[in-house]
Order: sequence, then structure tokens, then C-alpha cells
Amino acid sequence: MVELALPKNSTITNGRTWPKPVNATNIREFRIYRWNPDDGQNPRVDTYFVDCGDCGPMVLDAILWIKNKVDPTLTFRRSCREGICGSCAMNIDGTNTLACTKDMSGIGGTVSIYPLPHMPVVKDLVPDLTRFYAQHASIEPWLKTVTPAPEREWPQSHEDRQKLDGLYECILCACCSTSCPSYWWNGDRYLGPAVLLQAYRWLIDSRDEATGERLDNLEDPFRLYRCHTIMNCAKACPKGLNPAKAIAQIKTMMLERQV
Amino acid sequence: MATQNGSAAGKAPAYNGAAYPITDHTFDVVVVGAGGAGLRATVGCSQAGLRTACISKVFPTRSHTVAAQGGISAALSNMHQDDWRWHMYDTVKGSDWLGDQDCIEYLCRNAPEAVYELEHWGVPFSRTEDGRIYQRPFGGMTTDFGKGTAQRTCAAADRTGHAILHTLYGQALRNNTEFFIEYFAIDLIMNSEGRCCGVVCLKLDDGTIHRFRANLVILATGGYGRAYFSATSAHTCTGDGNAMVLRAGLPLQDMEFVQFHPTGIYGSGCLITEGARGEGGYVTNGNGERFMERYAPSAKDLASRDVVSRAMTIEIREGRGVGKNKDHIYLHLDHLDPKILHERLPGISESARIFAGVDVTKEPIPILPTVHYNMGGIATNYHGEVLTKKNGDPDYVVPGLMALGEAACVSVHGANRLGSNSLIDLVVFGRAAGLRAAELVKPGEKQADLPKDSADLSLSRLDRFRYAKGSTPTAQLRHKMQMTMQNNCAVFRTGQILEEGSRLINEVWSAMPDLHVTDRSLIWNSDLVETMEFDNLIIQAVVTMDSAVSRTESRGAHAREDYPDRDDKNWMKHTLAWIDDEKKRVNLDSRPVHTYTMTNDIQYIEPKARVY
Repeated sequence: MVELALPKNSTITNGRTWPKPVNATNIREFRIYRWNPDDGQNPRVDTYFVDCGDCGPMVLDAILWIKNKVDPTLTFRRSCREGICGSCAMNIDGTNTLACTKDMSGIGGTVSIYPLPHMPVVKDLVPDLTRFYAQHASIEPWLKTVTPAPEREWPQSHEDRQKLDGLYECILCACCSTSCPSYWWNGDRYLGPAVLLQAYRWLIDSRDEATGERLDNLEDPFRLYRCHTIMNCAKACPKGLNPAKAIAQIKTMMLERQV
Repeated sequence: MATQNGSAAGKAPAYNGAAYPITDHTFDVVVVGAGGAGLRATVGCSQAGLRTACISKVFPTRSHTVAAQGGISAALSNMHQDDWRWHMYDTVKGSDWLGDQDCIEYLCRNAPEAVYELEHWGVPFSRTEDGRIYQRPFGGMTTDFGKGTAQRTCAAADRTGHAILHTLYGQALRNNTEFFIEYFAIDLIMNSEGRCCGVVCLKLDDGTIHRFRANLVILATGGYGRAYFSATSAHTCTGDGNAMVLRAGLPLQDMEFVQFHPTGIYGSGCLITEGARGEGGYVTNGNGERFMERYAPSAKDLASRDVVSRAMTIEIREGRGVGKNKDHIYLHLDHLDPKILHERLPGISESARIFAGVDVTKEPIPILPTVHYNMGGIATNYHGEVLTKKNGDPDYVVPGLMALGEAACVSVHGANRLGSNSLIDLVVFGRAAGLRAAELVKPGEKQADLPKDSADLSLSRLDRFRYAKGSTPTAQLRHKMQMTMQNNCAVFRTGQILEEGSRLINEVWSAMPDLHVTDRSLIWNSDLVETMEFDNLIIQAVVTMDSAVSRTESRGAHAREDYPDRDDKNWMKHTLAWIDDEKKRVNLDSRPVHTYTMTNDIQYIEPKARVY
């Protein structure tokens, strides 16, 4: 029988409600997913109250405030805090995004935060991205050429270079892939939007000479064709990129080489 | 093993009071850090047939190289005739003559080849109309030994670091690099002869200890911007390699030189590239005046970073700031063609919108000088080999250890780094380290047994902090350090303020035994890691402050109001600083600046007044 309910040890319980800051006038409620593999307990949702008068405007500012002033055990990845490193991707207010560029003022009421969905959780808001990274490596994300390299740069026209815009900016935060229902169901075999966007970035690079080989590597009912144009990826991308469009263009390339 | 706090009485899931199990690894080379320098060195060592491990506390593309915006300098002559000697002259002048000219020559003459290599690996550089790499003007970059403005900075829009880092990561994958990702390096293993023979790490996702034995350890661990309260640096920029070197009894060099970037976004401190001024942007004060014309009549807004940061600070101090509190400055891009902004500066247009609520096509960006880069670090030669002063030899090579990138002090940046010279530093010296490693290490060479106590230093530190049960949370004491550095070791310095800073920062250092760590778990214990990072930061902060107290002159980024002039007679030398962690003191010494070049292709550039 298919088990439709979560296993007992995965049921999320109501966690601790932490004390409100004193003498604060602008208090915001945060409900944050917690799970510590060391303590053998079920995951829980803790409630925190953040003094918004004492912290910056972004969700990352708020969770750093919690970590620094209320609960040092709250665990999440963060680094650049300006939306370029891709570390702090998490599910905020129901959407996958970067905590560092998500302005709290755009969220109504309580701010709820969960780890990126459908990924194994290492602890609290830290997902295990091993498979995601392995999939990225599988598309061989480097320039492939057979022509002997010139002494100087490979020439590339202004127009050819522009074809990389909207692709090379990907920060591998995994917001798109983990928002894709198709990736949720078939994440072991479907490469997912982020990795396919990366694949297209190399396919379309005028300097690359391995287009056929790259397309062969994607020609598979799962690796590429599990994209059902649901478009959650384009909606989620915190950098405003459109992985669905890149996937559609790979499919077009596949068709074109058959005619 | 445990000291002070380490009585191991708190509740903890495993290993409580018992020895930590250790997993051993042996490699020819171990690279610590997976930013631009670490990845370039890793690729070079792998290509030389050396079995190479690359250890990083973050996934490689999260390293702070990713945040570099404006570009990478190299005299390619794509926009006009250029010469690596002109690049060298600019770098020497930018360094206020504290840079070692043999190393600067190595950097500048190897720069074009390093950029072409990156391009061949796939970096999506912006292009000129005729399909070559686009180059933009940058601060301090001139033609013909200071006569004209150079366009020497190769750019991938304003995401050059991101483009380079992702490309280097791809190359590392292509060369089957053995990555150890989300491993936090705790300390170096040094043997009794002073040779580095490995490094001990904590694997974050399961809390296990890993001991790496290697013939060569390469530190590429970046800067320590987070010693300050407001920095463009990432949260992870804690200079872990610098601190490991200090604890290994080796000195750090020129730590008083901290670069303030003129254009950090007011409030958040996020970076706005110097390329914004390179593309025609300019700064104004509260009177709407383009004040840089007064401070740097010829280079104006494209003067060197230390010069612009000081000018801005003076404008604000003299009541000519902008905003309600007149405490910042405006950067204007609103006169530029929106098409140019979209094509060449899309990243900072987005940052300005998100972090300052500004539409750059219509309004100026509020900015403030913000800590950005550490010229100081681990002293090395131009092969990347770590140097110390020993038995009177100021260039004594420490066997088995190299340092690269912002962690290193080669010194090519001297007292002030020019914009776009850091990315080229990463790849030129990353490459040099690979070449040198191939000469020094033979693949699969047998390695001596590690000293018996090889993990003791690391494990005692780990254990002490894991069970730290004093009364001060890490975040609280760290904040005190950051505010002290911000207030007492800023753009302008005086003896009095620095002396006070030294007292305050030493108080923070002395308060370390009172730290309190709440998280006792082993899996992804970020409370513990942040505490070890803070422990790394505080010794660098102390060394920075005391080096600044000692240098009684003004040079580059070190501007002493009580000693406003450069003093080549007494201070044309590198500061060296060691720590004595037991006695909580800093010991200072110096080594001479190399007043010679690498080859006869260019003569030593004699010091002169530095005017822009």
C-alpha cells in the first residue's frame, strides 16, 4: 500500500515559543522549522519575536538577529548577504527565495520559514544539496573545444555574447529546482531547471564545440523531458532568470537536429 | 587537553570527555579554500599530476570571489595600446611604494596570459564591437606611466568574480578535483622543524574530525573583513588561514593596511563596483558638488580607493554630507545611458534597488566608505611560498606551506590595492603556486609520519569552545570587537585613538575565556563554528590594531593624522606581527621592502610623491 501520511518521526510538532523582546515597539512574529538530528526528536516549528526596530529590513537580518540575540542554535547557511553567493536559499512565506534579498515588508503577518522543499534536511534550514551538485557536474559545465586555442582570446561577437545573458548569472541556489513539482517526484532522474539552464548556457556559447555531445547527454525521457512547463522555476528564481525558457530552447535544439 | 571552559560538563550527544575519533587522509597537496586562488591552484596542482584535495567551509561557488564585480586587470591592449610596465607603474604607485617590485613585475607581466587562460576556460567576458574582451577604466589605472586614463580592466558586465569563480569550479570538476566541501579547517599541523605537514578539519554535516597529511598545504582562505562592523565582505570572510598561521607561530605582514571601498551602500554595506565610476559615475556632497575635482584634479573620481575614501570622509566630517544626518555621500549614475547601465552595470543596478530602494537611472545611490579588502596577510614570495624572518633572514621560506589571494601578502598591493588587481592576483599567483608545487612535490612521494601530537592543538581548541560555558555569548563579544575596529581603526587614525583601540581590543581578547556556546551538538553546529571563526578574527584584529599603533607615518590606506606624511627613511618596510596567545601579547618586527625588480625588462621605480 502507498503510505500517504508522513512517517511518525517526520510529523512536525509545535515547538517552543521564545520570549518577546522587551521595550520593542515594532515586533514581528517568525515561525521557523527546526530539526536537530542529534536529539532524536521530531521536527518542530519554533515561534520567535523579532524587534524590527533593532535589525535590518531583510529576512536574513531577522534570522541573524534571532541567532545573535535569542537562540544561537538556530542553524542556516549564509555568506555574501547580497544575493550573489546563493547560500541562504530557503522557503519563506511559501516561496523559495534568498533570505538576504527578501524584504520583510513585502510579507503580511507572521513570517514562516522552512528549508527548501523536498530535499533531505541536514539540520534546521540546512538542506542536503549533494545530488543537486552532482547533477550540475553531470552536464560538464566547462567550455569544450577541439580547435587549437588561439594565442589571445576566442573571438565572440557582441551578439553571440548577449545570448549568454539571462543564463550565466545563475547562482546555483536551487530555489527553482526545489520549487518544481516534476523535480520533487523525479529528482533522482530529472535534472531539474537549474541544471538544465546551466546546460543551455554551454550549448548556446558560440565558443563551445561540443553541442552534439551535450545534446546526446540530455536526450533522455527523464533528464530533459520531465519538464512539463509548470513554470514554478521562473517564478521562484531570485535572480529573475527563466529556466523554463532555457529548457524549451534545448527541446527546440533537439527537434532541429532531427529534421 | 581541555583548558578553562573545557570541562565537558554540558549535555552533548557524543564524544563527551572522550577522545575524538579521527579520519586520516593523505594527499600530495591540500588546498584550503575554494575561491579564485584556491581553485586556480587546485587545477594547477591536479594538472601537474599531484593528488590534490581542496577543502572549503562553503560550496566553492559560495566563496567570496563570487561577489567581485568590476573586473580583472591585464594589459591586453584591446581598447588602446597598453603595456604591462604601465600596469606595473600604476600598481607600484597605488601601493604607495610598499609593494615588492619583483612580485609586482611577476603579476603584471603574467596577467594577460592568465586572462586568456580564463577566457579559454569559458569565462563569459563582455565583448567589444569587434569581438574582443571588453576593458573598462578603473581607479589608478593609467597609460604611459601616469599620463592618460587606461582601459585595462576586463569585465563580465559587473559580475566578473561570479563568472570567473563558476568557470574555475567547472575546471576543477573537469580535472576530477577531490573536494571536501563544508569542512572547516581548525589548525595546521607543524612538525618540530617548523615544516607544515597537514591540516585538521571538522566536517560540518556530521561533526567528525579529519586529519589531512600532505607534502604541501596551500592556504587560500581569504580576508578577515568581518573583524569590522560594516564591511562589503561576506559573513564567512573570517581570515581562518591567517589565524592558523598566527597560531602556528608565524607572522602576518602589513596588517595595518585595511582598504575602505569608497562605494559601499549606506546602511547595508553592500558593494557598488568601482566600475560604476569607470563607466562615468561620479560622487557628490551635500552641496551637489563634484568634490573629487578638489582632491584629485587629474584622476578625479577615478583616483585610488584610499584617496577617494579619505576625501569622502573629510567632506562628511566638515558638514558636507548628504541625507538627514549629513552622514553619507551620493554616487550618480542617473546621467548615464540606461542602455549602458543595463548592459554593463546590471548587477549593481539591482543591488541599489534592493538595498537602497534606488532606481539608478533616476536617483543617486547613498554610499559610504566601507571595509573591503585586507592588503595584509601571510607573507609570501611570488611563488606563493610562505616567508618568515628567521636567523636574520627576512625571506626565510617556511617548508610545506603556501598562501594565496587575499590571505597572502606577496606583497603586490603594498599599502593600497588598486581595483581589479585582486582578481588578477588570485589567478596569477594561483597559477604560480601550481607551477611551484610541481617543482617541489613529486606525485605519490612518501611522507613522514605525523608528529604524535598532530591533532592536539586543533582538538583542544574545538573542545574548549564546544563546551564553552562562560557568561558572554559569542555574538555579543564579537560585536564588541567589530565596533572597536570600526571606531578605532578606521579611514583616519591618530595615535590616541589607536592606543585606546589597542586597549579595548585587548580587553576583548582577554575576555575570550568567558565565552558561552549554547549549541552542544555535532551536526552543523554553526554556533561552534562561528565561535571558532570569532577566535580567528580577534587575533587578527589585535594584530591589525597594534601594527597600526606602531606605524608612525601615513602610507596608502594607513592615514595617521598625527603623522600625515609618508616616511620612506624609517618606514619603507613591511610590518611583521606575531602573537603570544598565552601571554596575550603581540610582538612586532619588520622586513625590508624588495627594492628591485624580477628582470631587467624594467628598472626599480623610485619612490616619489603620490598625486592623482
